[in-house]
Amino acid sequence: MKELGKVYGINGPVVYVKGRTLFQMAEKVFVGRQKLIGEVISLNSKMTTIQVYEETSGMKPGEPVYSTGYPMSVILGPGILNNIFDGIERPLKDIEKISGDFIKKGVEVTPLNTEKKWQVHLLVAVGQEVLGGTIIAEVPETKTIMHKAMVPPNVEGTVIEIANDGEYTIEETIVKIQQLDLSIIDVKLAQEWPIRIPRPVSKRYESTIPLVTGQRVVDTLFPIAKGGTAAIPGGFGTGKTMMQHQIAKYSDADIIIYIGCGERGNEMTEVLEDFSKLEDPKSGNSLMERTALIANTSNMPVAAREASIYTGVTLAEYYRDMGYDVAIMADSTSRWAEALRELSGRLEEMPAEEGFPAYLASRIASFYERAGLMQNLNETEGSVSIIGAVSPQGGDFSEPVTQQTKRFVRCFWGLDKALAYERHYPAIHWLKSYSEYVGDLAAWYRDNVSPDFVSNRSQLMEILHQESALMEVVKLIGNDVLPDDQKLTIEIARVIRLGFLQQNAFHADDTAVPLDKQAKMMAIILYLREKCRSLIAIGMPMSLLLNEDIFPKIISIKYDVPNDKLELLDNYYEQIDLFYNKIMEKNA
Amino acid sequence: MAIEYLGLDSINGPLVVLEGIQDAAYDDIVEFVVEREEHKLGRIIEMYENKAVIQVFESTANMSLDNTHTKLTGHAMELPLAPEILGRTFDGIGRPIDGLGEINYVVKRDVNGLPMNPVSREYPRNFIQTGVSAIDALTTLIRGQKLPIFSGDGLPHDQLAAQIVRQASLKTEEEEEFGIVFAAMGVKHDVADYFKRTFEESGVLDHVTMFLNLADDPVVERLITPKVALTAAEYLAFDLGMHILVVMTDMTSYCEALREVSASKQEIPSRKGYPGYLYSDLASLYERAGILADKPGSVTQIPILTMPNDDITHPIPDLTGYITEGQIVLDRSLEGKSIYPPINVLPSLSRLMKDGIGKGFTREDHQDVANQLFASYSRVTDARSLASVIGEDELSDIDKKYIEFGNKFEREFIGQEKDESRSIEETLEKAWELLRILPRHELDRIDTELLNQYYKVGR
Repeated sequence: MKELGKVYGINGPVVYVKGRTLFQMAEKVFVGRQKLIGEVISLNSKMTTIQVYEETSGMKPGEPVYSTGYPMSVILGPGILNNIFDGIERPLKDIEKISGDFIKKGVEVTPLNTEKKWQVHLLVAVGQEVLGGTIIAEVPETKTIMHKAMVPPNVEGTVIEIANDGEYTIEETIVKIQQLDLSIIDVKLAQEWPIRIPRPVSKRYESTIPLVTGQRVVDTLFPIAKGGTAAIPGGFGTGKTMMQHQIAKYSDADIIIYIGCGERGNEMTEVLEDFSKLEDPKSGNSLMERTALIANTSNMPVAAREASIYTGVTLAEYYRDMGYDVAIMADSTSRWAEALRELSGRLEEMPAEEGFPAYLASRIASFYERAGLMQNLNETEGSVSIIGAVSPQGGDFSEPVTQQTKRFVRCFWGLDKALAYERHYPAIHWLKSYSEYVGDLAAWYRDNVSPDFVSNRSQLMEILHQESALMEVVKLIGNDVLPDDQKLTIEIARVIRLGFLQQNAFHADDTAVPLDKQAKMMAIILYLREKCRSLIAIGMPMSLLLNEDIFPKIISIKYDVPNDKLELLDNYYEQIDLFYNKIMEKNA
Repeated sequence: MAIEYLGLDSINGPLVVLEGIQDAAYDDIVEFVVEREEHKLGRIIEMYENKAVIQVFESTANMSLDNTHTKLTGHAMELPLAPEILGRTFDGIGRPIDGLGEINYVVKRDVNGLPMNPVSREYPRNFIQTGVSAIDALTTLIRGQKLPIFSGDGLPHDQLAAQIVRQASLKTEEEEEFGIVFAAMGVKHDVADYFKRTFEESGVLDHVTMFLNLADDPVVERLITPKVALTAAEYLAFDLGMHILVVMTDMTSYCEALREVSASKQEIPSRKGYPGYLYSDLASLYERAGILADKPGSVTQIPILTMPNDDITHPIPDLTGYITEGQIVLDRSLEGKSIYPPINVLPSLSRLMKDGIGKGFTREDHQDVANQLFASYSRVTDARSLASVIGEDELSDIDKKYIEFGNKFEREFIGQEKDESRSIEETLEKAWELLRILPRHELDRIDTELLNQYYKVGR
């Protein structure tokens, strides 16, 4: 660490160093007496511009700026899971120990615990040829996750020395590798990687397996694939965060990276409290054992908010390299875009739409493109799925961040204010949303869930579309004048909305639903429709059908059939038949 | 520290530039003496080598390039604090204006505060009964929450806030101490007087700390007002262990002051001329609400803002809604029907409500009843718009029921007297009374067992 310049000017999180300096672009630097962490964001012969990840108040011109020679990076190794970091990978629990309940600036903490001894089991032998990414050791990081120590991606050669199985800290050498140029590399449990550079992979696969979330409107109507990307846009109060929490809790990903980017402090506390208590349905351990949280709340420094997204995705890629399916919840990418705007404004760059910088689109694209189902360098397969919340200003989806995000994600779960007002949650609106994965995943659904899953889904969508067209008429002239078959469409759509799409996150069974139950519920609803249709075809009036209690019964399947007693679902076919026969007998 | 600089290099609105300055730090406070007698404060907002851009909290009128002496204080803006600030009144930057003299301070705190570590927070769960049905049942206030009132000019937000303060504070449990911090930013004299009178009448004045920046006070000063108020609130809550309710009004004036300063700094504007950092700036205020796990005390915020032109998508209410934990929205058409408080419940929301109500907190049917009221009332809107096309007589029976439900809901449930305090049980009973207007099979948001228990009772 050497001093390469002095502070010349200070404007919020932006600090200038005058003159021609030896700093590198994107280099991590320490600024001022308090050694605040910063990053070089522009260089010219007259001025070097640095963004600082902490509050700059109290800084004076003339204070030193130190170079590190490295780009902004994160430390990757055991200890990431079951932990909570700020936007630049500083553990908040350690910060609390040093600075108390409030975060002071200039707190020096190491990202990962350097004293803790991890139980290491070596998997390579002396003389073995290894490549970047080769798994050299296993470490039980948490009760749920086996951490795999890997050769850093840019190293390859022959193993010349290994440590014995035993306990090691992340800083101790466990394997020595001689490279082709005879240089010797000490490989430790932890490695460093720059946050803005994607970790290399050997191949990108097509996404053909769904990320099952347990949320019906997602899994059935708008599924996301493992390695896929989705955006959840919605005005305030429409349930973005709730949706992210639900997916983080119940999706079948191996690891969750939850990024709270410029959001509420209480929300992060809630995630932390909830996830520590909740049981992971897959392993039976606490959910935190497979989760890492990155919390850069709205009142924490804005530059670190910009970095938090990259920090999160880099951690995710690291676990993907071990062969895990990782899901990232980014809440909210709009705050990240606003951080870009704020910094861009301070740099007096020429603004594009609504003051956002012109490079907004390329930044959003390069973030979402880091998702994917990949073959890693070590030939394992892993995926990073990204689910980003978007908070459009005024709930207006035509604003730049929503529009640019839409271009680069393949799943769009548009949240709707009107649905949220009537407390229909999740408020994902079926007419505004789409998923490009439906076709890619069709084969998987056919083989693993039910042969008619995709065609049933299309029917459901069709009914919902028909209903929306009919409602236009109803709004003008009322329900009464519609012919009975159209009344039926409206009734069935109501069953779909209340009984299928609406899901109660606070109900023990309904909070997350297995795919089988989703498929069967859908089939039952369609069966009811078919039977009602044939009744109406022979002239039975809709009002007669509504007198029976079959509709409310089907609506409450979600509550009445526990997730572990799916055989109960078969009874509903009988009940529908009974209803059919009863109507026929009474009125034939 | 003792160096004084004579003269300024430029004055532009609230900003002055001073060159040749030594050893000045970014964000420090400076003192100006104009014509050797008038004292003003300013803050360094940009710093280049030896040139400082300073934002003056008071008017820059009568400052000239020659008549001003500038002195560096060497620290950021600080507020002197002591338990005796309760019952006192200060100006917008924390100087006593009640004639009772300076504060004999115990500590001085940087008014900018520090971000609360999410790890140190405790998730808020304690229900505060405000006695206002629409709030208690549908947008429940939780201790440690930030719940703003979105209002419009001429709507009774002040009365509502005063009612909440009166009824919530008086109901606080035995041993626990409560206090109120009141921050006025650019409000009219009569509004400030109204609050003062309310506090007086309900006998809580000695538990109130007031920070007043009135409509005719310097605009830039109000950028500091919420910061000093929240610094006082944090001191009372986390140093003295009190439960503090902070009422901040009017956030719209605050944001306009921010825009004004931003414009004079020639910053690139984002929406409607507001600076790009409006979100971060508001967050640095609102996020100062909360509870710490290892300390008694809490800070609950009720910011009030007037939506320009009643537009909820305007940047100020919009960004506020993204930061705060819900909102209470007042509505002009309800006001037109003489319903007080005119709370439009559909866009209103309390995010923390889900964990602070139900069995053990309020009553086991609370969540379902709330959901049902929302669902049914939103159906009323549809029925009404249909009625406006085809006439009420032509509506189906069920739609007529909804219309009846809607009218009674507005008049009897939302509407109440300004001094009426309903317990949560009374509120929920009233809700059931109204729900019974609708046939049982329409109540699809309520658990069957709860329906069995409550739908019939008392009929």
